[in-house]
Amino acid sequence: MGQEILDIFLAFLKAFAVGGGICLIAQIIINFTDLTAGKILVYFMLAGVVLTAIGVYQPLVDFAGAGATVPISGFGYLLANGAMKGAERGFFYAVTGSLAAASAGVTAAVVFAFLMALIFKSRTKRN
Amino acid sequence: MKKGNTVFFKNKPRISSFAAICGSKEKEGVIGGYADVTLDDDMYGESTYEKAECKMLTNAVSLAIEKGGFKERDIDVMFSGDLLNQIISASFAARDYDFPFLGVYSACSTMSESIMLAAMLVNAGYIGRAVAATGSHFASAERQYRYPLELGCTRPPQSQWTVTGAGGCVITDAKEGIKITSATMGRVCDYGVTDVNNMGAAMAPAAADTFMQHFRDTGSSPEDYDMILTGDLGALGSRIVKDLTWEKGYDISENHVDCGEIIYKVIETEFQGGSGAGCSAVVLNSYVLSKMRAGLYKRILFAATGALLSTVSSGQGESIPCISHAVDLEY
Amino acid sequence: MTGKTGENYNNNYLNYVKTQDPPTRHFKNCAAAFGVGGLICCIGQFIRLMLEYAGLTGDELAGTTSVILIFLGCFLTGLGVYDRIGRYAGAGSIVPITGFANSVTSPAIEFKTEGWIYGMAAKMFTVAGAIIVFGVFSGVLVGLVYYFI
Repeated sequence: MGQEILDIFLAFLKAFAVGGGICLIAQIIINFTDLTAGKILVYFMLAGVVLTAIGVYQPLVDFAGAGATVPISGFGYLLANGAMKGAERGFFYAVTGSLAAASAGVTAAVVFAFLMALIFKSRTKRN
Repeated sequence: MKKGNTVFFKNKPRISSFAAICGSKEKEGVIGGYADVTLDDDMYGESTYEKAECKMLTNAVSLAIEKGGFKERDIDVMFSGDLLNQIISASFAARDYDFPFLGVYSACSTMSESIMLAAMLVNAGYIGRAVAATGSHFASAERQYRYPLELGCTRPPQSQWTVTGAGGCVITDAKEGIKITSATMGRVCDYGVTDVNNMGAAMAPAAADTFMQHFRDTGSSPEDYDMILTGDLGALGSRIVKDLTWEKGYDISENHVDCGEIIYKVIETEFQGGSGAGCSAVVLNSYVLSKMRAGLYKRILFAATGALLSTVSSGQGESIPCISHAVDLEY
Repeated sequence: MTGKTGENYNNNYLNYVKTQDPPTRHFKNCAAAFGVGGLICCIGQFIRLMLEYAGLTGDELAGTTSVILIFLGCFLTGLGVYDRIGRYAGAGSIVPITGFANSVTSPAIEFKTEGWIYGMAAKMFTVAGAIIVFGVFSGVLVGLVYYFI
């Protein structure tokens, strides 16, 4: 029992360190270059795709769990992973595999954004 | 009469009345006690922020006319503009009135440009009374120039905060009121600043250029003014404009005041102060002109600065051309 | 005094402006990004753990975790909380998948005043569209490369 709790605690610690570390790298880049939020998201997603394709990201996911899948580079990991798995099944799946793997995220974003737009209004800020 | 880029008004058009409306954030600052109307709700009871901006502008114009004891039919023309595309707030505000409307755009320096144009027509005797007004709204400017309001992004410390507010004044050929003695038409200055978050640095050269042109043309020096008022350079831009004029032998550090710097409590590591067309309009038409009329200031040089960029030009990597027009006010 | 005097003066001015820039608070920014980013990942880990107990595995587990996180991101955006977190945390709230949700939801809410079709729906992906475009394109490239080698 004690061992199990320690494992869970370690998993959280790893997720925190790796996830926070990825955000930290992004923040350092923002501090030194004035990249906007949109560009940071695209670059980190592309980094995720590339790192997955060369086989570096999978060990990180195995190690840190949500710490590597929750950042946007995890979205890139999902895309690249889908494409790589699809490539084993044939040409058609090699092309469609990436978006198929990411369909859950994109669908959720569209549906929930639509619902929120139905309910909420944008509000002005004071600071 | 014109000398250099400065026109001198021998008939001395007057600012007979003025009015300002400001939002809830501005209310807490120095101008809160001087503005005629302060909003608790930045929506101003409307359904969109653009409509709220238009309503603020309409009410500022109506108040200015009313405070001067004029009627709508006394006004010959209205000069106005704002920051939104195709100056919709000003045009839409003008449709509520019977008098003619001349749209003006020079970004955040719209207030000084419209005062200058109105004074020119009044001085020439073509018209008797003109309204000059402008305004801006934080939420509508944010949406047009930056990001959606709810997007979680950081604001760099160089950035400024668009003022929610509107101000207007009535310029007449009356014999009393605040005199407009001369006005300097600004040149467009571009020193190659491309950072859209650093408006202060982009606009400071334009302000410095107009100041020095004005001093040369009128033969005055910075000490002749009780206050040299810029529009929305912010804390950073104010430092730069002082440096730029000092380099050329004019020391304005004693009496330079920036509307953007005084409208909020500036924390320099977070933001540099207010910006937007409404910034200079609100501060001038509430705090500054009230103090002037009370006799606290005798002579003020008011030069609002404007950044003439659009989202398209900055997207294409263009630098930011800026302009500043100055009007010389005396009481 | 105008910009017409040539490139050289402009560069002098730009260098001068750089010296006037307010200092970036590196440590505070980075600490906030690390803390908030790590926290969001821990929330993700927690959701993952709960779903694992509920019996989900593999792709279903990963997918459901991100769907729940995206919902949280959208909901906090709607409540007007996420932009406050973002202002404080910087990259800490931009980079996690909740930041992606925020970048989809915020234009949808903002532009609905311009109509449901050309406003809300068409502008929903003004920020996040780039992620989909580059993601799909690079994904297809990876798929093709793996297929042919």
